[in-house]
Amino acid sequence: MNFDDTPQEAAFRETARKWVEAHAPKELEAELSKSSLGRIRLAHQDIVDVGKAWQKKKAEGGWACLHWPKEYGGRGATPIERVIWQQEEGVYGKLTQPFQIGEGMCGPTVMAFGNEDAKRRYLPKLAAGEEIWCQLFSEPSAGSDVAGLRTRAEKKGDNWVVNGQKIWTSGAHYSDYGLLIARTDPNVPKHKGLTMFFLDMKSPGVEVRPIKQANGMQEFNEVYFTDVVIPDSQRLGAVGEGWSVSLTTLMNERMSIGARLATGVPEMFEFCSNLMLEDGLAIDDPAVRSKLASWAVKSSGLKYTSYRAISALSKGDRPGPENSIGKLVSGMMLQDIATYAMDLQGAAGVLTGSDEEAAQGQFQQMLLSSPSMRIAGGTDEILRNIIAERVLGLPGDIRVDKDVPYNKIPTKGR
Amino acid sequence: MNFDFSDDQKQLRDQARKFLTEKCSPKAVRAVLDGKAPYDKELWKGLAEMGFLGVAIPEDFGGAGAGHLELCVIAEEMGRANAPVPFSSTVYLAAEALLIAGSDAQKKKWLPAIASGEAIGTLALFEGSGNPSPKTIKLTAANGVLNGVKKPVADGAVADFAVVAARTGSSRRDGDISLFIVDLKAGGVEVKSLTNLDPTRGQAEITFRDCKAESLGAAGEGWSILTQVLDRAAVLCAFEQVGGSDRALEMGRDYALDRIAFGRQIGSFQAVKHMLADMYVSATLARSNSYYGAWALSTNAGELPEAAAAARISATQAFQHCAKNNIQVHGGMGFTWEFDCHMYYRRANAMALGLGSLSYWEDQLIDRMRKKNAA
Repeated sequence: MNFDDTPQEAAFRETARKWVEAHAPKELEAELSKSSLGRIRLAHQDIVDVGKAWQKKKAEGGWACLHWPKEYGGRGATPIERVIWQQEEGVYGKLTQPFQIGEGMCGPTVMAFGNEDAKRRYLPKLAAGEEIWCQLFSEPSAGSDVAGLRTRAEKKGDNWVVNGQKIWTSGAHYSDYGLLIARTDPNVPKHKGLTMFFLDMKSPGVEVRPIKQANGMQEFNEVYFTDVVIPDSQRLGAVGEGWSVSLTTLMNERMSIGARLATGVPEMFEFCSNLMLEDGLAIDDPAVRSKLASWAVKSSGLKYTSYRAISALSKGDRPGPENSIGKLVSGMMLQDIATYAMDLQGAAGVLTGSDEEAAQGQFQQMLLSSPSMRIAGGTDEILRNIIAERVLGLPGDIRVDKDVPYNKIPTKGR
Repeated sequence: MNFDFSDDQKQLRDQARKFLTEKCSPKAVRAVLDGKAPYDKELWKGLAEMGFLGVAIPEDFGGAGAGHLELCVIAEEMGRANAPVPFSSTVYLAAEALLIAGSDAQKKKWLPAIASGEAIGTLALFEGSGNPSPKTIKLTAANGVLNGVKKPVADGAVADFAVVAARTGSSRRDGDISLFIVDLKAGGVEVKSLTNLDPTRGQAEITFRDCKAESLGAAGEGWSILTQVLDRAAVLCAFEQVGGSDRALEMGRDYALDRIAFGRQIGSFQAVKHMLADMYVSATLARSNSYYGAWALSTNAGELPEAAAAARISATQAFQHCAKNNIQVHGGMGFTWEFDCHMYYRRANAMALGLGSLSYWEDQLIDRMRKKNAA
């Protein structure tokens, strides 16, 4: 048991480190290090512009989507090399935020189901950050039950005509392409009538509207489709096979191994170490210590769980299911920590201004944003179902709509 | 990165599991639970024969000279099997204290006897309620003679010797405490069994009256040695707790698959599934924290104090959580004496207190994290 690299891994790390050292935008290091919670904001520059510049440099150096084959813009790197790269890329990895959906979900789906022409046309540009992709799955009436989606695609000659609405699309407003799942046959049960496409986000009839979120920010979009034409050549997988194609997309989320999830623990530890209560520092209070300790061991538990997965990759094994707990644990923890930090601030905890008190409003911001951590990318409840069914082998839920044609499923207001 | 046990260590774990499945069935555990014997003597003998008692004891002192990672995988299996033997007292506490502070003669006297199963050892630290602290130690030592009362002493009624924490000064500092080793079969010792939460591991009160004792380690070093022993035992106990958590989770899962209610397997209800998923989360966090503890223990890393506290907290929480919810998944049947659920519930809650309570270790962890942050 050790934390050491193998000689090959060490050599790879050295190469990566030197390259980052020579090419990273160091002027942003301090700012990027600070923003550990939530989405990245830069004071004077647009994250998409800076991100594109960094991604392009990486592509030129052979470090973009490095686990992809060379002919599609990657480096042909092994999974463990990808983890090492992420570690060495460090805070600059935050600049890749606009590309994560494309790299993690859209790209792998095109790679698995696209024809050779499509792969050579789209993947290298995606890898280099020249073209940004978004994912068009969720709908207002199809969140956890995404297979219940309503957006229709109807065949007209060699084209498909799409009408409907998607929601929670990150980056739709700056994306060039989108991965779209739509209903092509409403007369069969819901999982069987879906088909996957990709489309140009500048197509006529596509309208992107930002959503004003509960935390007051605008990070996601609604996307409306009115008679949008998609050529059949942009279909991924067979007609009616969209659900199984989407599972490939979602399975690629497991690549998030090695990516550190924000837990709020370092911020909370620092906050309690400096906050003066009536009887002294918060961190000297037994009740505070007890809570801090419980959060600290969850956070370290997640860290060492990811180390176990990295070790499996290092040996060339497939990591176990342990990593599935990450978002479930960290999402709840962020919310609990924010609530407790404000409790410690007492009446002043209600104030959200950045100069109001010691923590500069960061926990208030965390409180307002944290509900999304427990919903996006699988709700806490869906994640528990996944652990129960796929890890523990418990039976799936009894699904009353499983064998019912989609257009016979009772709905509210369709 | 190789943050995992080696193939050999995993093989040892499999071997231990196979052995314990055969020799330590729930029926065997129940024999001790029901008071038919103070501990499972046959199992103890078998553990010695397998080389498990001395796995981390150097060959020079009669052990297998393997190491602490090997001991960790065995500890996990002991916890999974709910083994009714004085393993933790003897191996994690007494043997570790000897390894850290024993003289060559003391090691020669006791360690081979531990490895061969001839000697059961324990640590006599507590004096009534309270957590580990030099302030709570009132038992005195003067000129190698002990006077005072220790309780609870884990496995005290079956132990052959004890490492005893005694007061040798009055400055109210850590340096007032010294350790002694006492042959409990010699004179000056009175042992009384106490009833406790988990009868598969006994607790006793030991009274020392003008009892002759030998120093273990230098005078005034007692508290510093004890702190190290407790940290090392915390990691090893964490592995037992991890093993127990996994077993309790499995029992709950199996029952959820087996039991039919409202016309379906109860494991198909989300209320039950989510309970089991949360148990899996706790058990996984505990396992990962314990692996880090194992690394720190086996390499004697400077990170050990923090890693041990984290492993201890995480594993204590996980075992308590899994044992408690295992009963809940079982419903009424889980509350019968006949089902094994309560054996894990008892063990989980007894283990949560043995080396100091959860709040004690939470306190320790925060102190240690602060120390690290300050450095």
